[in-house]
Formats: sequence, structure tokens, C-alpha cells
Amino acid sequence: MAGTDEFDDIPGTVVFTGRQARKGYHLNQFCMSLMTAENRQRFQADQSAYLDEWPLTAAQRQAVLDRDYNAAIAEGGNIYFLSKIIFADGQSMQHAAAVMTGMPAEDYRAMMAAGGRRPDGWRSVKEGS
Amino acid sequence: MARITAGVATSHVPAIGAAVDLGRVDEDYWRPVFAGYEWSREWIAQEKPDVVVLVYNDHASAFSLEIIPTFAIGCAESFAPADEGFGPRPVPVVHGHAELAWHIAQSAILDEFDLTIVNSMDVDHGLTVPLSLMFGQPEAWPARIIPLAVNVIQYPPPTGNRCYALGEAIRRAVESFPEDLDVQVWGTGGMSHQLQGPRAGFINQEFDKSFLDRMTADPQGLRAVAHPEYLREAGSEGIEMVMWLIMRGALGEQATELHRHYHVPASNTAVGHLVLVPGR
Repeated sequence: MAGTDEFDDIPGTVVFTGRQARKGYHLNQFCMSLMTAENRQRFQADQSAYLDEWPLTAAQRQAVLDRDYNAAIAEGGNIYFLSKIIFADGQSMQHAAAVMTGMPAEDYRAMMAAGGRRPDGWRSVKEGS
Repeated sequence: MARITAGVATSHVPAIGAAVDLGRVDEDYWRPVFAGYEWSREWIAQEKPDVVVLVYNDHASAFSLEIIPTFAIGCAESFAPADEGFGPRPVPVVHGHAELAWHIAQSAILDEFDLTIVNSMDVDHGLTVPLSLMFGQPEAWPARIIPLAVNVIQYPPPTGNRCYALGEAIRRAVESFPEDLDVQVWGTGGMSHQLQGPRAGFINQEFDKSFLDRMTADPQGLRAVAHPEYLREAGSEGIEMVMWLIMRGALGEQATELHRHYHVPASNTAVGHLVLVPGR
């Protein structure tokens, strides 16, 4: 897509472009369905059966079952939509963020308390800066 | 005539709402976040705005991927807190100002800003957390609220320049409304943060502090900050800061900073807050 190729140069980041939105349409709409208590209960009672109601790819379905948010984002998921799964699990966004970085939750929390991830080294893949 | 009396900028982190709702604001972690709003709560209790045009973004609550309005103005009589996946926040229903909202919609559209008119919409933490920060926990919100939802989730969001110009159009609209009303415009979201992927937890204090300075010192320069710079320098979710420029545009060419607060972190996010008034 015009003008979006430079986003590939931002380390550890997937920008939610039209291409991603097309890929992840049903995955994200499934997430929206978790906005009612009734659906959250149904989902938690039998996740596999609930997911059968949505035309997800095998990779999307597995990413949801594994709670592998990085994989879900690669498959077109958007973090604000995926947050519906995170909240349905009774987890916090900070917990989910820690999972995506691969850091133990307490290390991630300590990094944030110390001012967060510093920009140096996280701006550009090409320039390594 | 109606007039724009002030602008407020603030982050709208959902964990801040949870801290309020669960009575955790006095905990060591949260105290410094809320301390920076004490001045603002006293100030707004004196100011008593009649209406707040509250610029925020919906986080996959009212709008799914089915319909993605770039700018949507809430023209309903009231807006209920959304169930974002953990039940609705226990906060008052938000009462709109339908007459002024419709006036702004008509004025802005004829002014060539093609707003989407929304007559039914739940409002999520993007709108209710700023209300909690500024007003605390009242029985009813002490002002009428006109929600102005901006898409910043689906790329591309509107440019900062377009946001600023919309703010100018909102000012023209407000100033042509015959009723005697004090109107504030709030710009919410930001500051630097990233909620996704291996770069999650990204915070750029230098960028944030410069942005806070430039809101009064160089707003014309801020209009030119392009999306790749926000994404690279403020994190993938830091692009929410374009919404602050709608507020800034509504204040006119000159603005004076009355109050500033900056704190890292609230959950994954840098918290920034400004109170501005038009003129110098």
C-alpha cells in the first residue's frame, strides 16, 4: 500500500493498515462478539465450539487458543480488538503487553515503573537506532 | 453567544478508570498520576463549563470494523458507558447537548468538514476516563458532553493538520451558536505508548515533553508532524496525540498554558495533561 512500506522499518511493530484489516476482519469481529457477558460465558465454556462459529484461518484460530497475541497481530488482529479476549480472561493490558515482549510480568512492570522502554535501538531496523 | 473558554488535554488510559472505580487512587503507584489533576479539578469547579466537546477515540467499542468513521459527532441526548469486555464502568450516563451538537455538525459540514452524525452510541474509557480525571466521582457529570470520536486505530487516522483545521471549524461553529454557553474542548489520548508486539512498553519522554511545549510554543509546527514520525517516535498507539490538535485548533492562534502534568507510567502509557486558555 502506498506510503506504508516504511512501517516495516519500525522494530517490533505492526501498523494496522488496510491490508492487515482485510486479513483480520473475521478475527477482529469475533473479538467484538465478546463485548456481552453472555458471549464471554459461552466462549469460556467451550472455546473451540465458539470459534467454530467464525470463519477464521487455522493460524488465527490457533493464535486465539494459544493466547499468542503476536501471532494474532501478524494474522491481522488489532490490539484493541484482541483486548476483548484479554479482558474476557480477566487479564490486564499490562499483562498482555508483557507476554508480547516475552518478558516476565514483574520485569515488564519494573521497566515501566523505571520510565518505560527507551527509544534508543527501537526506532529503525535499518539504522539499528 | 457561545464561546470557547478553555482547552484540556489528557491521556485516557483504561487502567486509570479501573483505579478510580476500584478505589485505588491513594495507592503509591497511582498517587502521582492523580496528583497532577488536583489543580485541574479545583480549576474546573470554578470554571463550571456548560458544555465540553470531548475529542476521543473509540477503542473497538461503538465502532467495529464494519463502519469506521474518521470523525463522528455524537448528537444523541445521552450516551451509556460501554461494556468493553469487563462490564460497563460504574460511572454516570453521559448527557449530551443535542442542539449544539447538531449545530456544530451543520456548521462544520457546510464548512467542508464531513462529520459523521451519530444518534446512538455507547462511550468507552476514551471518553469516560477524562471525565473521571477532571470531575472525580460525582452522582452526575456536571457538564453536558458532546462526544467527538476520531478514528486513530485503523490506519490512516486523519492528519494532525486536518485535526487542527477541524478544531478551527468547531470554534467557528461554537461562536455562531446563539445561546450563552461556556464551551471547553478537550483533546484526549496519548502520550507515547505502544501496546503491541516486542516493542510494547515504548515510551519517549523527550518527544512527549517537546509536544507539550509545542502545544503553545509551536502549534503550527505540530500540524506538520506526519504519521510515520508519531508511529516511530511516540509508539504505535501514541498516534492518538493527533486528537490534541483538534482542541488546540479550537483555541485560536495563541494559547496560554495554565497547568501541566507529566508522569510515567500508568500501566503501559505516559500520562500527559495540559490546561490551556485562548489568547496570550
